[in-house]
Amino acid sequence: MDSPPQSLTVEKIHVWRGDRHVLKGVSLALGPGELLQVAGPNGTGKTTLLRVACGLLRPEQGRVAWCGHPIAGIRPQFQSALVYAAHEPALKGDLTALENLRYLVGLKRSIRTTELEAALERTGVAACAHLPVRVLSAGQRRRVALARVLAMQSPLWMLDEPFTNLDAAGSALVTDLLREHVSAAGMALVVAHHEIALSARLRRLELPG
Amino acid sequence: MNALAEGPEVSALRAMTLIVRRELRLSFRRPEQVLQPLVFFLIVTTLFPLGLSLQLSLLRDMAPGVLWVAALLSSLLSLDSLFKSDADDGTLDQLALSGQSLTAIVVAKTAAHWLVSGAALVLVSPLVGIALGIPVSVFPTMLGSLALGTLSLSWLGAIGAGLTVGLKRGNVLVSLVVLPLAMPLLIFGAGATDRAAAGISSAGALYLLGSLCVFTCTLAPFAAAAALRITLE
Amino acid sequence: MWTWFYRLASPPYVYRTAAALTPWLMTVAVIAIVCGLIGGLGFAPPDYQQGDAFRIIYVHVPSAYMSLFCYSAMAVAGAIGLIWRIKMSYALAAATAPVGASFTALALVTGSLWGRPMWGTYWAWDPRLTSELILLFLYAGVMSLRPAFEDPARGDRAAALLSIVGFVNVPIIHYSVQWWNSLHQGATIAKIGKPSMPGSMLWPLLTMLLGFMCFYGAVVCMRLRGEVLNRERQSAWVREAIKS
Repeated sequence: MDSPPQSLTVEKIHVWRGDRHVLKGVSLALGPGELLQVAGPNGTGKTTLLRVACGLLRPEQGRVAWCGHPIAGIRPQFQSALVYAAHEPALKGDLTALENLRYLVGLKRSIRTTELEAALERTGVAACAHLPVRVLSAGQRRRVALARVLAMQSPLWMLDEPFTNLDAAGSALVTDLLREHVSAAGMALVVAHHEIALSARLRRLELPG
Repeated sequence: MNALAEGPEVSALRAMTLIVRRELRLSFRRPEQVLQPLVFFLIVTTLFPLGLSLQLSLLRDMAPGVLWVAALLSSLLSLDSLFKSDADDGTLDQLALSGQSLTAIVVAKTAAHWLVSGAALVLVSPLVGIALGIPVSVFPTMLGSLALGTLSLSWLGAIGAGLTVGLKRGNVLVSLVVLPLAMPLLIFGAGATDRAAAGISSAGALYLLGSLCVFTCTLAPFAAAAALRITLE
Repeated sequence: MWTWFYRLASPPYVYRTAAALTPWLMTVAVIAIVCGLIGGLGFAPPDYQQGDAFRIIYVHVPSAYMSLFCYSAMAVAGAIGLIWRIKMSYALAAATAPVGASFTALALVTGSLWGRPMWGTYWAWDPRLTSELILLFLYAGVMSLRPAFEDPARGDRAAALLSIVGFVNVPIIHYSVQWWNSLHQGATIAKIGKPSMPGSMLWPLLTMLLGFMCFYGAVVCMRLRGEVLNRERQSAWVREAIKS
């Protein structure tokens, strides 16, 4: 067909936070089956870049395009295709893990409880499904957040520091999930400090300090 | 296959229902957040007789105004819980990225918020009415005006809350921002109850209050969504 | 035509133009105000009912008018900034806000002074003055909101949104206060109506209004230059301008 394949392009964006010129003409392109790791010292605007790419933050200059269309015009379609996992796990402490998933994923897709339970199972926190999130440890919350990413079944993943608070098994889990996602023609934009053990199709973008 | 997806497969109405259920579930798990503004309402109402006069006839004259001011202030207090908790834990970002229109999300959250704050206030108001000496015959007008007024106030408050979420000392600013905008509500609401207490027809005032409520309900969600977008950046 | 519009939005242009306009506007303002005051205080005949006390309308009415005008200007500037994302528009809104608030305060003070001989008291919840007071609160809200944000750009946008919401509310507030006052007509309250205006009374009023407008223009130009310098302090042209 003649419609362009799914792709995310970020072209020469500039963002100022008060006086600081945080992002200076940053560009990137991401296509199916690609994983782009954004790295750089603290304060170089990695999270800002991710937020611009999701459309939460409008850059002063430059544009973000999804499948060739600027995201401002296709907001519902773009947001359906993406899942954003911020540094905070974005879970309500008073709701159970399952309820958290249902109330967020359920806004995008009609989803059955069994699918949500399967996602929690995959990330190793099936036992926490009916526990309020506030009693879970930081690592367990991170896994619940990952379950949310899985359950959304979106082609584009935007993950900000997904390895935080995870032990070695947890980090291996994240790497596995990324590998599976990318092998299934998904795309991922990941902000992470340490090495992601995926040699093939991994590119790095270093933000200058 | 068209690479560009269709948009969320969940309709706006279904999404809004889901959000209302979420908000209500959260409120029931934290009943103190619902009860505290109500207790504040009762306390503030008590301040007036203590500060002014015990003469029941004087109190009765002032009662509609006192009731309304207390309702206004306690509604302001409960505004804090509208967006703050979601902004703090990052859930607001997720809502903004859910593919649903932010305006629809604001409508759902504010409606749910009113159910546990404004509606609760209306239910408690007969107690306050009796304490202040408002005749029972006036209660229908009082309840009607409070229902319309608290609803409008929730919408105005959503704008104020949207603008100030994430600010330090945001709750002081919310009051500063919302109260001048809420003065017409106070005028018509207390005016309606006053007229009913005096035996004059309060229909005019109630209609004005009603039209104000409709006006606010239709425009405020857009303003509140715009305010949230500014905050999210 | 659009190039003219966008040139209007360029900070160095705004800075230079404001500098050029200020002396002219200030001169016209001073002349107009002096003429208006002479005409109003000296030449206009005393009012039949109120005697000489009514003369304060020559300051009160223009201030009240300017207070509303400034709020509208601030709201429109905010709207332009939000819709077309023009930063200079936000600078204009920020420059206008305190000036408008001052006009409002002046209107309240002069209105109160006017009321003293009429009502026997400095404040009697007259509907027009009450509306002015609520307008002052609206100004206070906008002026408090802007600096509350760490990122000044967000503060500008939030203040712009609030001023637009307030602008929509001003007629509602005005009407509701009128309605409220009609319920509570006290015997002692005489409305501060505009006296029917023969020509000799009217021209000083219009002259004062012109003077106030030009004064507003001059002050806003001065404040605008300060705002521009502050907002653009990182850019090269500002550093050049400071050096020279």
